[in-house]
Amino acid sequence: MIRWLLGRTLQAAATFALAVLLLFVLMRLAPGDPLSRLVGDRDVSAAEIEQLRRRFGIDQPLPDQLRAFLSGAARGDLGVSIEHYPDRVTSLLAARLPATALLGGVVLLLNFTAGIWLGVRQASRRGSRFDRWTGRLALAAYAMPGFWLGLVLVAFLSLRWRLFPAAQMTDPLLPLDADALTRALDLLRHLALPALTLSLTSIALTMRHQRAAMLSVFRLDFVTAARARGLTEHQVLWRHAWRNTLVPMLTLLGLWLPVLVTGSVFVESVFNWPGLGSLAAQAIASRDYPVLLGTAMLVSGAVVLAGLLADLGYVLVDPRVRPS
Amino acid sequence: MIGSLHDLLRRAWKNPSGRWGALALVLLAIVALAAPPLLPDPAAMPDTVLGATPPSTMHPMGTDQLNRDMLARVVVGARISLSVAVLAVLLSLTLGALVGLVAGYAGGWVDAILMRGVDAALAIPRLFVLLLLLVVWERIPLGALILVIGTTGWFATSRLVRGEVLRLRHEPFVTASEALGAPAWRTIARHLLPNAAGPLLVAATLGVGDVILLEAGLSFLGLGVQPPIPSWGGMVLDARPLIVTAPWTAIFPGAAIVMTVLSVNLLGDALQAALDPRSA
Amino acid sequence: MSDLLEVQDLRIRFPTPGGGVSTPVDGVSLRLARGETLALVGESGSGKSLTALALLRLVPPPGVIDPASRIVLEGVNLLELHGEALRAVRGGRIGLVFQDAMTSLNPVISIGEQVRETVAAHRTLRGKEARERAIALLDEVGMPAASTRYRAYPHELSGGLRQRALIAIALAGEPDVLIADEPTTALDVTVQAQILELLDQLRISRGMAVLLISHDLGLVAGRADRVAVMYAGQIVEEASTSRLFRSPSHPYTRALFGSIPRLDGAVDRLVPIAGAVPLPDAWPAACRFHPRCPEVLARCSVETPPVVPLAPGEMSRCWLLVKGAR
Repeated sequence: MIRWLLGRTLQAAATFALAVLLLFVLMRLAPGDPLSRLVGDRDVSAAEIEQLRRRFGIDQPLPDQLRAFLSGAARGDLGVSIEHYPDRVTSLLAARLPATALLGGVVLLLNFTAGIWLGVRQASRRGSRFDRWTGRLALAAYAMPGFWLGLVLVAFLSLRWRLFPAAQMTDPLLPLDADALTRALDLLRHLALPALTLSLTSIALTMRHQRAAMLSVFRLDFVTAARARGLTEHQVLWRHAWRNTLVPMLTLLGLWLPVLVTGSVFVESVFNWPGLGSLAAQAIASRDYPVLLGTAMLVSGAVVLAGLLADLGYVLVDPRVRPS
Repeated sequence: MIGSLHDLLRRAWKNPSGRWGALALVLLAIVALAAPPLLPDPAAMPDTVLGATPPSTMHPMGTDQLNRDMLARVVVGARISLSVAVLAVLLSLTLGALVGLVAGYAGGWVDAILMRGVDAALAIPRLFVLLLLLVVWERIPLGALILVIGTTGWFATSRLVRGEVLRLRHEPFVTASEALGAPAWRTIARHLLPNAAGPLLVAATLGVGDVILLEAGLSFLGLGVQPPIPSWGGMVLDARPLIVTAPWTAIFPGAAIVMTVLSVNLLGDALQAALDPRSA
Repeated sequence: MSDLLEVQDLRIRFPTPGGGVSTPVDGVSLRLARGETLALVGESGSGKSLTALALLRLVPPPGVIDPASRIVLEGVNLLELHGEALRAVRGGRIGLVFQDAMTSLNPVISIGEQVRETVAAHRTLRGKEARERAIALLDEVGMPAASTRYRAYPHELSGGLRQRALIAIALAGEPDVLIADEPTTALDVTVQAQILELLDQLRISRGMAVLLISHDLGLVAGRADRVAVMYAGQIVEEASTSRLFRSPSHPYTRALFGSIPRLDGAVDRLVPIAGAVPLPDAWPAACRFHPRCPEVLARCSVETPPVVPLAPGEMSRCWLLVKGAR
């Protein structure tokens, strides 16, 4: 078991290393010079540009840049932000990570509870109006761009009807001595719309995955056998059928991270939610390459990690998969 | 192969969702192709004084902040979004099929290297790959945008094709026909297409929807289709400051995206169900 | 011995892809009394497994049981039950031991848990008591080290032990009727004998009625009191085991005997039955066996043979038994 775990972790590390390499290549592939942007946007003299060039190592030959980059990355140093100079990229990422983690966590919770329940219901009522229309509605929601849905929700629910705050994570005017409950409620109010936007646009994924998994389990003999024992439909559906869909659902969990991360770039920027997504969006606007690269690396690492955890999960969930 | 594809399409048509999706797409394509000459020129006479006006009989979708007819802009945007998506997906499909074929047939270390690369590439969310490529590209031309999007979307297809090739390689009839003189690669190629056509078609259809959303997002961030070429994402970006005073400037382009992507996905779903009825 | 279970004219229909209807079970009538073993014998495709499922109202959709059919358990027509009442019958009055234990057991739940949940579903036992009852049941079916094996998963057990677990589950609701559908097909010969012996013992110790379904006439020889032979969705002969083996009255039964080896040397050549088992959507006209019958008459392909009662509880569907039919 330990050997398998070790092997799998090494594999994941190798994939991540290769991904980092790819990212570096991507960065150098793109035409244009990240620093030339600064000339257009800021009042910077030629001498200062040269200095910055040397500082960011852009004047070095490519293999040297790669080496510097990789050794820095291995030490946990992802460079310095161009826009927020001299803040380190890692500290910027660390500062923004909690907000995204909170939003992501809430969305995951919402999507998995609602998505699983709806998917199971669809499968048990396959072909019914509920099944067909829920599927269509979910698909329609999936077709909505997150930035558009977010904007529409903000326009109507926040700005026009003042039901929810329009931006950010907390109320800047909240008194400093406000108690925990008030803070929590405030946070929830701010969380509601971004979480709703991200959830709605991606719930179709969970629902469809769950529905398909249930349908394939229904065909198996032990489901009929469970009914033959006189167990309730609820027991047959959840304890017997659903428990056998945990493996495909774990696979889905591993696929969720890219979806969340991609969506949060748009939703966080529309709602001004101070997370990694809006950091990336700002880095785009200011052409802050190191920050963008750092975010990409962090996200790729998280995706690889999620895959590894999913594999670990299979072993825990399915007694047949225990490596001897 | 034509027979089985024809069969697939026929069964997808029987599905009401598939029918609606297909019809909506055909309608959209017709409007996108034929309508622009019939509508007011979306680039004509920007009028900042009059600005955005709400929907009226003269302007069914209202006008944007430069008093340009929204309907005309949305329709031209359809042309752009659809062509970008279709072309990018075709590129992805071709690249993916090529890599999958090579990896599956060559096997050994070629396959190992290619698939390791694919794994690593799949670890990076597609949006971030595009962001890194596009951020330093000042005002990317449309053709280059299609190329960039297309070259970032072939990874999953390559896995699919590789899987088919591997499966066929071990089929007894391939070895048998090889013994009779037909080289293995020829037999595989002849049987690959009919077997893979269905799943590839489904992947392509769903891929078009994904690319439309991706391109809209990139345009919203200012990285995709560059003005003055109208794009739905770009229109929503422009509409952002007006979201309360003139919501129609954002609502209509977004609704167009929703309609299109929904139709594409309904069609893709119907094709998927026709391919594997047990999962419907 | 009074009748515990009576099946009257069971008919099950399935829609066919072409728009038609197939009737894989077409007018099956059975009687089962407490304490006896009735064997239902037939080749695959004869409809015997479907009959078993029908008794528990588990016919897979889109199959439908004809409303004119009746399945009466101690005076109650099971086809009129719904909800709670139906669930009480499933496992509580009638237990079903499925054919393949590997696929009939939930792979992610331990076998002990699967017994326990059945116990809890039918008795008013909870928690620890239900668990102890489950261990006792595993013991009763001959599972060695029952309390340790409780936690085992299906894939960790041998075929024979899996089958025993399946039997324990079927008994957990203390049913009066036990249906065993090909209980030994997936097992080795030596294990087969053990399982059949177990079923017999349980029948006696619990006073149950057993419906033993099999395609193997030899299996049935020393185990059943009566035998019903099924062909093409119908019972073509029903008799006491001794009478059936001594002098089978239906050509199909005779042909079955002719095609199996016997230790007493009574058969020196195995004669396979010509032709193939017909499919439910294309039953032959009139007598369904007529295309393959070595003793076929002219009228067999034209007129459906009647059910000819022989001795009490014995019948045969054949023109040969009707006086003056030739």
